Amino acid sequence: MSGQDGTRRFAVLRRIRALVRKESWQLLRDPSSIGIGIVMPIALLILFGYGINLDVKNVPVVIVMEDDSAAARGIASAFELSDYFSAMPVKTMAQARDMLMSARANAIVRVPSDFSRSLELGNAQVQVIVNGADSNTARISLGYAQGAVSVWAQKEAARSGNSVGLITVESRLWFNEANDSTYFLVPGLIVLVMTLIGSMLTALVMAREWERGTFEALFVTPVNSFEILLGKTVPYFLLGLAGLALCIAGSKLLFGVPLRGSLAILTVVSMLYLLVALGLGLVISSATKNQFIASQVTMLVTFLPAMMLSGFMYDPRSMPFAVQAITYIFPARYFVKLLQTLFLAGNIWSVILPNAAVLAGMAVALLALSVRLTRKRIA
Amino acid sequence: MSASEMALVAKDVRKTFTRNTGERIEALAGISLQVRSGTLTALVGPDGAGKTTLLRLASGLVLPDSGSLEVIGKDVASHPQDVQNRISYMPQRFGLYEDLSVQENLDLYADLHDVTRERRQEVYPRLFEMTQLGRFKDRPAGKLSGGMKQKLGLACTLVRSPKLLLLDEPTVGVDPLSRRELWEIVFKLVREEKLSVIVSTSYLDEAERCERAVLMHAGQVLDEGKPDEITARAEGCCFLVSDLNGASARSLQARIFSLPGIADAVPEAGRVRVVSKSATQELSVELDGVRLQAEAVKPRFEDAFMILFDRIMSDQRRAADPLGSNQTSNGTETVIEVRDLVRTFGDFTAVDHVSFDVRRGEVYGLLGPNGAGKSTTFKMLCGLLPATGGTLKVAGANLLTAGAKARQKLGYVAQKFSLYGQLTIDENLEFFASAYGLRGNDKKDRIRTLKQQLELDQFSGLPSGQLPGGFKQRLALAAALLHRPEILFLDEATSGADPLARRQFWGRITALSESGVTIIVTTHFMEEAEYCDRIIILDAGKNLAEGTPVDIRALAETNDDAAPTMDQAFIAIVEKERGKRKETAG
Repeated sequence: MSGQDGTRRFAVLRRIRALVRKESWQLLRDPSSIGIGIVMPIALLILFGYGINLDVKNVPVVIVMEDDSAAARGIASAFELSDYFSAMPVKTMAQARDMLMSARANAIVRVPSDFSRSLELGNAQVQVIVNGADSNTARISLGYAQGAVSVWAQKEAARSGNSVGLITVESRLWFNEANDSTYFLVPGLIVLVMTLIGSMLTALVMAREWERGTFEALFVTPVNSFEILLGKTVPYFLLGLAGLALCIAGSKLLFGVPLRGSLAILTVVSMLYLLVALGLGLVISSATKNQFIASQVTMLVTFLPAMMLSGFMYDPRSMPFAVQAITYIFPARYFVKLLQTLFLAGNIWSVILPNAAVLAGMAVALLALSVRLTRKRIA
Repeated sequence: MSASEMALVAKDVRKTFTRNTGERIEALAGISLQVRSGTLTALVGPDGAGKTTLLRLASGLVLPDSGSLEVIGKDVASHPQDVQNRISYMPQRFGLYEDLSVQENLDLYADLHDVTRERRQEVYPRLFEMTQLGRFKDRPAGKLSGGMKQKLGLACTLVRSPKLLLLDEPTVGVDPLSRRELWEIVFKLVREEKLSVIVSTSYLDEAERCERAVLMHAGQVLDEGKPDEITARAEGCCFLVSDLNGASARSLQARIFSLPGIADAVPEAGRVRVVSKSATQELSVELDGVRLQAEAVKPRFEDAFMILFDRIMSDQRRAADPLGSNQTSNGTETVIEVRDLVRTFGDFTAVDHVSFDVRRGEVYGLLGPNGAGKSTTFKMLCGLLPATGGTLKVAGANLLTAGAKARQKLGYVAQKFSLYGQLTIDENLEFFASAYGLRGNDKKDRIRTLKQQLELDQFSGLPSGQLPGGFKQRLALAAALLHRPEILFLDEATSGADPLARRQFWGRITALSESGVTIIVTTHFMEEAEYCDRIIILDAGKNLAEGTPVDIRALAETNDDAAPTMDQAFIAIVEKERGKRKETAG
């Protein structure tokens, strides 16, 4: 009896191996899977890393030097030396206005002719005019300009020993001292990639089997539904890990994003999220059994929330309360929190443990549900 | 008889499905059936008879509502896995993975059934020999022809010897040659391995060759027994009318078919085969006051089937209302002219110098095995695909270059259901009528008339995707006829249809041709070729034979076989030509 049990157990393993192999072949031969698993992470990495940049840098600014004093030149050099501006000195306001109008410059800094005189009197003014078409960039440019002026004023005060009457504005961001949004966006990409591979691809391949009727033949064999699900899960889990590796390597090598927490913990929590995503994909496709509906539902339930409500692009704390409450339903939120913590802050256990626990719970619940939903029945 | 000798025992099995619309469909209405082990049993019956449901129940994929179903001695409802471990099932849409190769598909099923390495070395060569798939081991299953896919599907179920093999319409959409090859495999398995096989089919000649036949209708068993026994019930009912008084076999057949006392009438080699409802010494059929001369002939399985179904469905089948206007203008005018038509795809020549003419009001059949170039020819005729060489004129114009006006003259019924599944019958017809430029009262009248003629009224509000198969086909025909086309193209329009639906369909086609519509058909049912005025047989893009059904049969006559059936004639012609080609190649 035990011998028979032994061979039966091996039969189970052989069946799972056969299913995993079949799924891997299908995956490798389907260009769209490779597209989503490998090409897309790279494309997103490049797009988010280089293309989408929430920072303002090298703002073309015209500096109108109506005063020629040392103090005025000092102010000008504060702009010239800043990374945030590329300064172009001109003589007259008319020239500057032309450049702003023709979009060769985004801002004008005017140092009036009475600048050094009024500086001594303690009421010096520098006029900053910003092109307000892009309000976001405008606001940031304005802030930088103020910063640049006040930094200069501070130095000036320290040097001369008396206040010049300007307020110091310190703008500084924690964890992202350089205020580099790449640091913030690239880790978030992992969420998108994992969601697409985990949920979208698995939902599609399951629904495809229902649609093409291949399950009908597969069901009338010794396999059980757990084995079928495992056969589906393993290859996509591995593909997801490949996507993860690509994202981490890319963010490190291309953009120099620091990884302050441990790589091992990052891998573990990513696996947890991948299991949640796989579970979601399996549940959706078992419930819909149709590729089109499955892809739409997956888009709505996993991808869009991962993009909008996870904290990847927009901070949930700035959302209305009701929307904030909704964000807690979506697993992506917990994963984004984990990623941001691990990449930018470090191994902060008080953040990692609760968020990882939620993901683990979700993974168990969803995978169990998918096994329940996938019964070997067709009607 | 002990239970172990039974492959399947059904006792009052019932199964009801609920449609999206809330309508309840009784798929199985109390089936009781016993199938002995080691036999080949055929399930036959019209669409919706419950054949597929019964097979799905037997394989544990669907649970019965009530009743008990034992398969290989196990109750399927309570032990589905036990049954699934031991039987094999080939669904209608064979469960092949199209992106896996032939070998990989086989390996997958061998792995799932835990077939040992030694056993594989023994089984694979045999399967490859039987299916002749050995040459295509590395080809993705999706790139195989329909017939080869079916053979691979069958091979996958045979990687180990199942206790029971369930095949659901394995030969739908398969040409006669592949069909014959597939059946040879099945017969061999039953003969040599004493395999139990249950196969559902809409081909009655296939059922005739099984050991037992189960005739199903509306979820019930109508009759069951050895095919000869069932055939014997038509003894004395079958006649052949040879003197047609100058009428065509097709139109005479249509008229006889609608007479009372007649169960069936089909054209056969330029004559009409008539089956009366009850046995009689002499057939007394009068048309236009003239009594037809008929000789008694031996019954076939199909005759008995038609008698049986006539009893339950007689009210439903006398439908053939004339579809077109009644202006008869059959004549000598050529409406389709094809000269040296060539179409190549890269190195591959799909259509190779084919020429033919079709006259107004003719029914013209394009026959050939899968991949013969029928569909390619069809697409070129309809102006959907440019020709590589040669000329073709349809209704006096080349449709590829001619405008919408020339296209208005033709209607097209595609092989696959190509209307909008989510729209109802009315919405579909409304849409196509507008697309053809019909407006106002004309549009309304036309839709109403066609719905009435094709008996589509009862399902007006149902999304057409949920229509029973035969009705989908009728709807497609209605949509193609809305604009009163002069030429109608039918691409395997009866594929998968049962014998009753096919007769109704051909009744309508006959009526249409009589009203002057020219009809071009492709089909895999060789007996349907008998309805054609002339047919052309293509293989590998070449014209092998052209002529009337009588001419074609004559081509295949040999000393051994003086009266080949259309099926046999077709196979003989194609094989002869293929043999020749091999010789010249070798």
